[in-house]
Formats: sequence, C-alpha cells, structure tokens
Amino acid sequence: MLTAILLGFLFAIFLVFTGKFFRGKFAVISSLIPISLFAYFLSFISQISNGEIVTQKINWIPSFGVDLTFKLDGLSLLFALMITGVGSLVFLYTSAYLKGHKYLDRFYGYLSLFMAAMLGLVLSDNLMSMFIFWELTSISSFFLIGFNNDAKDSRKSALTALGITGIGGLLLLGGAVLLGYMTGTYEISEMLSQTDLIQSHPYYALAVILIFAAAFTKSAQFPFHFWLPGAMKAPTPVSTYLHSATMVKAGVYLLFRLSPVLGGSELWHTTLIVFGAITMLYSAIHILFRTDLKGILAYSTISALGILVFLIGIGTQAALIAAAVFIIVHALYKASLFLITGIIDHETKTRDITKLAGLRKVLMPVAIAGFIAALISGGVPPTLGFVGKDLIYEATLGSQYAIILTALAVITKILLFYGGFVAGVKPFTGKLPQKFEKIHMPSPLMWIPPLLMVILGLVFGLLPSLIESAFAKPITQVMFENPENFQLKLWHGFNTVLGLSAITIIIGTVMYFIIKPTYAKENFIQKLDFIAPKDLMLKGSTAFEKFGKLWTNFFQNGYLRDYVGIVVAVIIGLISFLLLPNFQLRLDYSSLEDVTVYEIAIILMMFAAIVFTVFTNSRLAAVASMGIVGFSFSLLFLFYSAPDLAMTQFSVDTLTVILFVLVLYKLPKYLKMTKRKSRMKHGALAVVFGSLMTLLVLSVLQEPKNNEITKYYAENAYKLAHGKNIVNVILVDFRGIDTMIEISVLIVAALGVFGLLKLRLRPKDKIK
Amino acid sequence: MKTIILQTASNYLLPVLLLFSVFILLRGHYLPGGGFVGGLVAAIAFVLDAFANGINETKRVLKFHPGYFMPVGLGIAFLSAISPIVLADLPIMTGLWADGSIPVLGTIGSALFFDTGVYLVVIGAALTIIFTISESA
Repeated sequence: MLTAILLGFLFAIFLVFTGKFFRGKFAVISSLIPISLFAYFLSFISQISNGEIVTQKINWIPSFGVDLTFKLDGLSLLFALMITGVGSLVFLYTSAYLKGHKYLDRFYGYLSLFMAAMLGLVLSDNLMSMFIFWELTSISSFFLIGFNNDAKDSRKSALTALGITGIGGLLLLGGAVLLGYMTGTYEISEMLSQTDLIQSHPYYALAVILIFAAAFTKSAQFPFHFWLPGAMKAPTPVSTYLHSATMVKAGVYLLFRLSPVLGGSELWHTTLIVFGAITMLYSAIHILFRTDLKGILAYSTISALGILVFLIGIGTQAALIAAAVFIIVHALYKASLFLITGIIDHETKTRDITKLAGLRKVLMPVAIAGFIAALISGGVPPTLGFVGKDLIYEATLGSQYAIILTALAVITKILLFYGGFVAGVKPFTGKLPQKFEKIHMPSPLMWIPPLLMVILGLVFGLLPSLIESAFAKPITQVMFENPENFQLKLWHGFNTVLGLSAITIIIGTVMYFIIKPTYAKENFIQKLDFIAPKDLMLKGSTAFEKFGKLWTNFFQNGYLRDYVGIVVAVIIGLISFLLLPNFQLRLDYSSLEDVTVYEIAIILMMFAAIVFTVFTNSRLAAVASMGIVGFSFSLLFLFYSAPDLAMTQFSVDTLTVILFVLVLYKLPKYLKMTKRKSRMKHGALAVVFGSLMTLLVLSVLQEPKNNEITKYYAENAYKLAHGKNIVNVILVDFRGIDTMIEISVLIVAALGVFGLLKLRLRPKDKIK
Repeated sequence: MKTIILQTASNYLLPVLLLFSVFILLRGHYLPGGGFVGGLVAAIAFVLDAFANGINETKRVLKFHPGYFMPVGLGIAFLSAISPIVLADLPIMTGLWADGSIPVLGTIGSALFFDTGVYLVVIGAALTIIFTISESA
C-alpha cells in the first residue's frame, strides 16, 4: 500500500526531469498511473466485501507514536476507488483539455501530488500521518487553484483557499494532539476501544470542536464555504477532481472515520445536523441566483457536502448508508457535470448559462451525458441517484425530528434537482445561436469520461446490489459493531418515501421550466454580499494587515537607536520589576577606607571622559574619550589582580576604537543630528539604566560570597589540566565547549558583517 | 595616514607584534595570556600595518583573505576537542598530554591546539570585520 501511495509522489518528482516529454503529445501516458492504481484497489474488493481489513504498519517516529499505519477497509476503499477512478478520467480528460499548454507537465505533477496525498489521507489509520497528508492536499490544491498564475483572481482565490483549509489543518493537529493526549495513541483503530474514556474526558468537547472546525473548513461548510466558489478559478479538471469529487470530501471522510470514536453525544449530533442543514439550504438557495455554470455547480457541491454532514449528524445506520451511497452518486454526476461544463467552456469560450442553448445539435454525445447526469442528480429512476435520494428520505424519516429534517432534505433536493437540470440540460436545449454553429466535437478523450461516469450511474441504479456488497455493507461493519441487515433496492413499493420522491421530481421539473437564470437575480444577490461570510472575513483580514503594517512600522523602523532604546527600556522594566520591590540598600562605608589614590584617580578620569563624550561636538573626540573609559577599565582590572581580563579588555578596546574610526570616516562630519528632545530622552534612559545597574551590582555585593567554585578551580587547575593560569584553563579545558561555541558565534558575526556589506544587489533584485 | 615614520616603524612592528602574539598564546596556560588575547594582538598588528601601508598592501602580505583563518581555526579547535574520543576513548574535551616536554614549548597537550584554534578564529573574525568595513564605500 505504501508503494501505491508513494507512486504519485515519485511520479510528481519524475515529471520535474522529464517534463518536456509529458508536455507534448505523450501527456496521455501519465494517465497510466491512476489507472493502474485504480486496478490495484479494485483487486481488493472481494477481500473487503468479505469483511476483511488490510493493514500495513511502517514505523516512522515510534517514540512519538507517529507511524505510517495504513488501513484498507470498506470506507477507505470507497474513497480510494473514487480518488483513483475519477483521477484516471480526469488525467485522460486533461491531456485533451490542456493540450499544448506550456505548463501541462507541471499540472500533471500537481495532480499526481494531490492524488498521492489524498490516498494517504484516506488510508492513514494514524491521526498524525493523516494530518500530514491532509496538509499536503491543501498545498497541492493551492497550486492547482493558482495554476493560471498570471491572473490576479486565481492567485487571490488560491490564497483564500489555502488560508481557510490551512487554518483547518492546524485545528486538526490540535484535535489530534488532544485525542492522543486522552488515549495515549494516535491510531484511530486503538481509540475505538477507548470511546467511553474519551467521551467522559473534560477535553472531549474541545477535541470535538477542533475536529469539526477542521472538517468544516475542508468540506466548505457554512460559514467557511466561500473558498470553494473562489476555487472555481482553477482549470475545470481541477474543479472536477479536487473541489467536487475528492478533496472537499476529506472533511466528510474525517467525520465518518471518527464518528464511532467521538459520535453518540448530543454535541456531536446536534452540531452536525445544524451546520449541515444550514449549509445545504443556504447554498442550494444560492443556485437560483447564479448564471455561471461553474458557480451553479460550486454551490450545488457545497449543498451536497452539507447533506453529507447532515446525514452523519443524524448518525443512524440508515443515515450513514445514505451518506455512503450519496458520496458515490455525487461523485458520478457532479464530476461528469463539471467535465461537461469544461467541454462547453472549451468549445464555446463561455460558461454563461443565459447565452448557452441548443448545443445538442453540435455536441450530441455530450448532451446525452448531460441529460443522464441531470437525471442522476435529480434522483430520477432508474438511476443510482434515485436510490440515493430514497435512502436520504428514509434516514430523515427515521430520525428524531423526522418532519423538520425531512422537510429540509426535500427542499434541498428540489433545489439540487433544479441546479442539475440547469447545468446538465439547459445548455443543450432550445435554439442553437448562430455563433455556435461551427463548433466541432472535441477529442473523444474529453467526452468519453463524463459519458462513462453517467453510464456507471445508470448501471449501479439498476443493480444496486453491486454497491451494497462492495461498499455499503463493509462500511456499516466499520461504523457499527453489530450492523443490522439491509438491502439496497431500486423499487421499494408504494410508501411515503416514494411520495416524497415524486413531489421532489415534480416540483423540480416545474421550477426548471418557470425559473430562468438571469443577471437581475445575480445582481440582487450581490447586493447582499456585504453580510456574506466571505466579505466579513476579507474585511477582517484587510484590517489585520493594516494593523500588522502599523505594528511593524512602529517597532521595526530601521533606526538603530530606537532598537537599542527599546531593548534597554525592556531590560529596565524587567530588572526593576524583580529587583526593586524587596530592595534594601545596606552600604558598608567602612570598606571605602581601603580605596587607594590610584583608584580615585582612575574613577575621576573615567568621569571626565564620559562628560567629554556626551558634550563634545566632534565624533572622533567622542570615540577617543570612550576609548579612555575602556582603558581605565582595564587598569581597574589590573589593580584587582585580573591581568588576563585587563589584557583582553585593552586589546578589545583598541580594536573597537579603530572600528569606530573606520565607520565614522564614512559618516557626515556634524554630530548633532538628533533633536534636543530625543537626546534628552536617550540621556534619561541611559541614566536610569546606569543607576539600575549600579543598584544591581551593589545588591550582588550584599549577598554572602561563595568561594567554592574559585577554590575548586584553584585546586584542580594544575592537577587535572596541567595549567597554572586558572582563567586560561577554564577557557580551554573546564569550559572548553563554551569557548567552542563562542568562537563559532564570532565567526557567524564576522560572516554577517561580511555578507551585509559585500552584498551588492543588482537594481532589479532590490527589495522595494 | 601614510607617514614615513609610521610606515618604517610598522615594517618592523608587524613581525615583532606577531611574534609577541604567539608568545602570549603559548604562555597562556601558566601565566596571563592565551589564544583570545594573542589573536587580538595579532589582529591589531595587521590593522596597524594596514593603517601605515594601506589595506591592499596588508592583504598582499597576508597572501589570502583573513576570512580563511576562521574555518581553519574552528577546524583545529574542533579536532582537538574530539581528539580524546578518537584517540583515547575518553569524553569530549578531556585534556590529552604528551609524555615528556619539548624545550621552549614545554609539555604539548590538546589544550594548546585548542587555544591555537581560538587564536586563528579571533584573527580571522576581527580582520574580516575590520577589512570589510573599511573597504565598503
């Protein structure tokens, strides 16, 4: 299984070197990767439908419990087949759709990167590795949405999508860590046995909320849904693959996967039902106002995702079966509708539904595919859509608030019926406009994939037992310990569900004939944009950016004196906070008697030099008198029997003065550049800092002296290190590693100076 | 600052100061001195020469960019630090000492090589910083 996942990554890397080959007419060869993976996963069907589970474990970071554990059961097999199946068709389709595109190889690279990441996500049993694959899908989606990287809109949408799904990924990590903390493992299969422990844990609610946030952002639930319509800026194959069939279902997958672990509580079910219901209705209503084909499909996708979350929220076996079947239904019809939209866009150069009509005369096979896709989407018998719709109604009728939930589901389904027909049928009916008369059929690589998918939808509808044994039954075994027996059927006899189905289809058909998409409606809905979550979030991020700019400009203004000022002020604050509250100054004046004439002379010299430094008008003189202060210090060291320190201080000061002179040489002559006010401010800061340091040193002197360390070094310097100069022995022996690090720092500093000053930016590289 | 007196003096001072810096380096283990101070003195010697004869002249005397001192010094210090592990199976930074002593230098130990490394790094870093700053227009 590891090989199967890695194959996509390896192919993406391989493409970097062989891009030229795959960019040309051999592009179609790359489809072999998903096709062979599809065949590989197909071979597991008999095993899985017998109730077996295939696992593979590879240790990665065992000390953290992070391993690559792959588990293939009913649920992951369904997703794996969907990923590789839709992937195969999309790969084939792309080779014709983007034929001759100069970045076609890059596109395939991103696609296979995504496919591998998505496979990893659904096969991972370890929450941590799942998180990593989760993030990889977000990243590959970012690249794919922004594929037309010279369009500003594309880049912006890509960034929005990455922002939303990225935040979600971070929250998923939080949820995973919490679950790992509660159970001591990241393996989902091991968490299953600790359900009671998790659900009674005080962090349970927090973990659930984090997981919800991750799933809702990824699966575009209200109020995070807005990145998905934006993501439609991507080329159509991407919308088909990522933003309808697979990636956006990752959140649903996560909820599915974790509902045996976290489900059962009021919090879990109520939240999912409420958010799912809001999402499915809100975006289904949005369909009525759109004129862009892809916009319609985007909102109907969000609505479908809402239905899935809603069904998982209901959480009964019937509901989960309905969700599983609906995932297949949705993948089949929505992917084909997207591909059909892509064909229309490719041939007519427009996706405006008000301008498209009569295309059946020139694109007959596509029209057939569109019609069947609309039937599946509307749940018209004998398609799989009908089976799926019935299952949804059955699930809502069997739930707690049957009437309300069923009503919501019926309304949503009616609107989705309408959306499906507008997207799949409307462009092909009516009178063909003159300008579209010369359109030719596209390459079969483009129209066969959608046709194949809708035919599958028909076949599964007529033989629902195929779905039942391969997916529905194994999934219920994953989700429930003792699943009830059930059978998927096309025909249930005359009952309430059939009545609701009939109502849905009839009202949907009537709506399709009465309501026409117009610009007026689209303009109307745009007036309400100011309260839409997207605009609110955009305004929020713009405000945050402004705040960030202010903040940065205030603290990073580029003036060295301000940086030093801030550093000193912070140190003053910290020290006085710690030192002053309990500070008592006990000065022992008797020790002043030992002060010699030399010392007094040096102190006076230093004082004079400092005063001179502050008040002189010449920079050179200021630096020189600073040097006097430094040399006086080394004299003091000498008096207090620290010759090593004195020597070093002396040399360092010499070099410092030389350095200063070298720098000053390049500065303007005058000294008084700053205003009097700011000089007063800096002076005050310096005086306060100096006084505080004096107090600090005095308080250190008040502490009892500890000579043990000195004694140890004095005794052992010669014995252990063969040296008589303790300072040197400490430097090169006792604390040699410190010295090692210090000289490394010295080198880094020298390289820093070298790099900064030798850096010669060419004009076009300059940062503006 | 090209005066004949300074130029003439620095021609003699450079070798003398360098010798002095090596002297400081070597006496470090028993008496005040050591690699750090020695390195600083050597750096000052070169800077003095640069003041008198110009940086290009000093660079010509050096034959290569002072920056090369840094990796060489760090390498020597690092090798002497890990030598106990390699040679005697002792923990890192354990002092190793040769038997018997050599005239003038005294007993040779790993600490001497470590200090030599420090000496070279200090020369390299100080000169790199000063030369770079004085060259940048």
